[in-house]
Amino acid sequence: MNTIPKPVSLREHVVPVEAGEHVVGAQWLKQTLALALSDGRVLRWTDGQIDSVEAHRGGLLCATGDGERLVSGGDDGRVVATSAAGEPVEVAVDPKRRWIDAVALSASGSIAWNTGKSVHARDDKGKVKSFDFATTPQGLVFAPKGYRLAIGQMNGVSLWYPNTEAAPEFLEWKGSHLDVVWSQDGRFVVSSMQENALHGWRLGDKPSHMRMTGYPAKPRSLSWSHDGLWLASSGADAAIVWPFQGDGPQGKAPRECGARHAKVTRVAFHPKALVLAVGYDDGCVLMIRLTDASELLVRPPLRGSGITAFAWDKGGKRLAFGAEDGAAGVLTLPAG
Amino acid sequence: MVAPPLAPATHQVKTMSEKIPVTVLTGYLGAGKTTLLNRILTEDHGKKFAVIVNEFGEAGIDGDLVVGADEEVFEMNNGCICCTVRGDLIRILDGLMKRKGKFDAIIVETTGLADPAPVAQTFFVDQDVGDATKLDAVVTVTDAKWLQERLKDAPEAKNQIAFADVIVLNKVDLVTAEELADVETAIRAINPYAKLHKTTRCELPIENLLDRNAFDLDRILDIEPDFLESGHHHHHSDDVRSMSFTIPGDVDPEKFMPWINDISQAQGPNILRSKGILAFKDEPRRFVFQGVHMILDGDLQRDWKAGEKRESRLVFIGRDLDPNELRKGFEACAA
Repeated sequence: MNTIPKPVSLREHVVPVEAGEHVVGAQWLKQTLALALSDGRVLRWTDGQIDSVEAHRGGLLCATGDGERLVSGGDDGRVVATSAAGEPVEVAVDPKRRWIDAVALSASGSIAWNTGKSVHARDDKGKVKSFDFATTPQGLVFAPKGYRLAIGQMNGVSLWYPNTEAAPEFLEWKGSHLDVVWSQDGRFVVSSMQENALHGWRLGDKPSHMRMTGYPAKPRSLSWSHDGLWLASSGADAAIVWPFQGDGPQGKAPRECGARHAKVTRVAFHPKALVLAVGYDDGCVLMIRLTDASELLVRPPLRGSGITAFAWDKGGKRLAFGAEDGAAGVLTLPAG
Repeated sequence: MVAPPLAPATHQVKTMSEKIPVTVLTGYLGAGKTTLLNRILTEDHGKKFAVIVNEFGEAGIDGDLVVGADEEVFEMNNGCICCTVRGDLIRILDGLMKRKGKFDAIIVETTGLADPAPVAQTFFVDQDVGDATKLDAVVTVTDAKWLQERLKDAPEAKNQIAFADVIVLNKVDLVTAEELADVETAIRAINPYAKLHKTTRCELPIENLLDRNAFDLDRILDIEPDFLESGHHHHHSDDVRSMSFTIPGDVDPEKFMPWINDISQAQGPNILRSKGILAFKDEPRRFVFQGVHMILDGDLQRDWKAGEKRESRLVFIGRDLDPNELRKGFEACAA
């Protein structure tokens, strides 16, 4: 090939899905797309067939999934699991009906959630452990291996083994830590911060810090590449992609992909290739190949329809997106 | 890094009218805050509210969205020591913004012991919150019978008065006319600029509380005191007080901007509220600003009208401020 192909549009491969409410999260449950909606419903879409179920009586605040079920937390103080078929199942309920705005799932099926200043973890056998923290737990994520949680908090991130009596390890860094992610190899924990930055730790006997600053807004969406060597983030007018080869990004410059006159709100790496889906607050969706920075248009800008959710299916053949105005869609990548 | 310096806003996601107004309701314990909240919520006004309360279940309200908060105040890690915000409020507002259209306005009730500053600052410091909502006014409920006592023993009560845009002086039926005059004088010594309403059982039209636009630069039409102090009165324990300075003409922005930024950095912790309307040399428009502690928000506004006297005026409400020093500093900015 000696010519660079003109950026192609994938628009004709997108099937719209009318969700009707702010899309809080999207998950593929095998062939079924589940959209968690802010009014408490989960909408299920299977090749154009739609049904919706009430997961929460009130607002749905957060959602995650493991390919089998979408797990959501709501302002009704409930944690609910919704599968591709059947009624939602209540996993837990807070007796005081406090908001649950963080949920996490582990590879083995454990579930964690927050209420007030506590974190609760339920292992795959249904045993629940709770821990009361000094400050409100925000983002939650399980370690890729082992029954361990990282918890974003005020002035640091806690690492907690729910099955041990030991006090959680506290990775200290001043400021308010919001979302947390853990690298697949278990070596890195990264948090997004109120102070428009990412902060990372390389774990070990003496965890070392990684400062990733310079964002104009809070980087609330984070996504690891399939090979674990890149971490993409929102919060700027391009997707900011940090290199995690070797010792991590400290002292290295990030890649900036898809710079536009709009703020990136969601990022999602393809599960098998160095391709990044980038969603913006003006409603635009681009797909960007990291190797040559080539861009494909998935969705043109649409006012008031900022992107709020992404989900790649397991094989990386379909990308679902959802927006703040209740619009959503499924892109099926053309074969070949 | 320090608090953002005063500069005309360049980033506007939504116009003011598209943002959801937020009323902050403060008041010392027992002053009648819950009564007022219930009055706002039950009156037939056709509005739907999202209410953020500190004691969940305290106010039983149907049809409105009630959220419990836990008043988690934290200091932003941006080098600005008084840049405290309410972390729980940021999270709750983030959750509420996903349900736009379900309510028309937000009311934040604070505990009786709360400092209103972190609540107010949340709306200026957090960009996501500031993009979606606007602080409408700080409403303080106070008790005619016990306020004098509280002003002596509770610094929070004083802060709440100093911070207010609207003061509801409640339980006026429990005091004599002289006592009422005294308590009003005490309030006015701290804050002569707030709108003051004297009530029994918090009875007043809610238009007096909502849609005040007290923090909207376009609505800061004048900063004349609501109450003109007549004669002299004596206060010996008034560490929180207001002061205003006027230059009967233009100021030089090259001098004024650095000065006001320096003052708010150096004395920010002691400045509870500040406001100003200024005539800049060779500038046909009025420069208007307002501030909470170190955080200043200012912009060039409408033109000075024909026949309107070009003058520059500043107001500070704060603790342990030196009026002579401030006056000298300000006067040195004259053009």
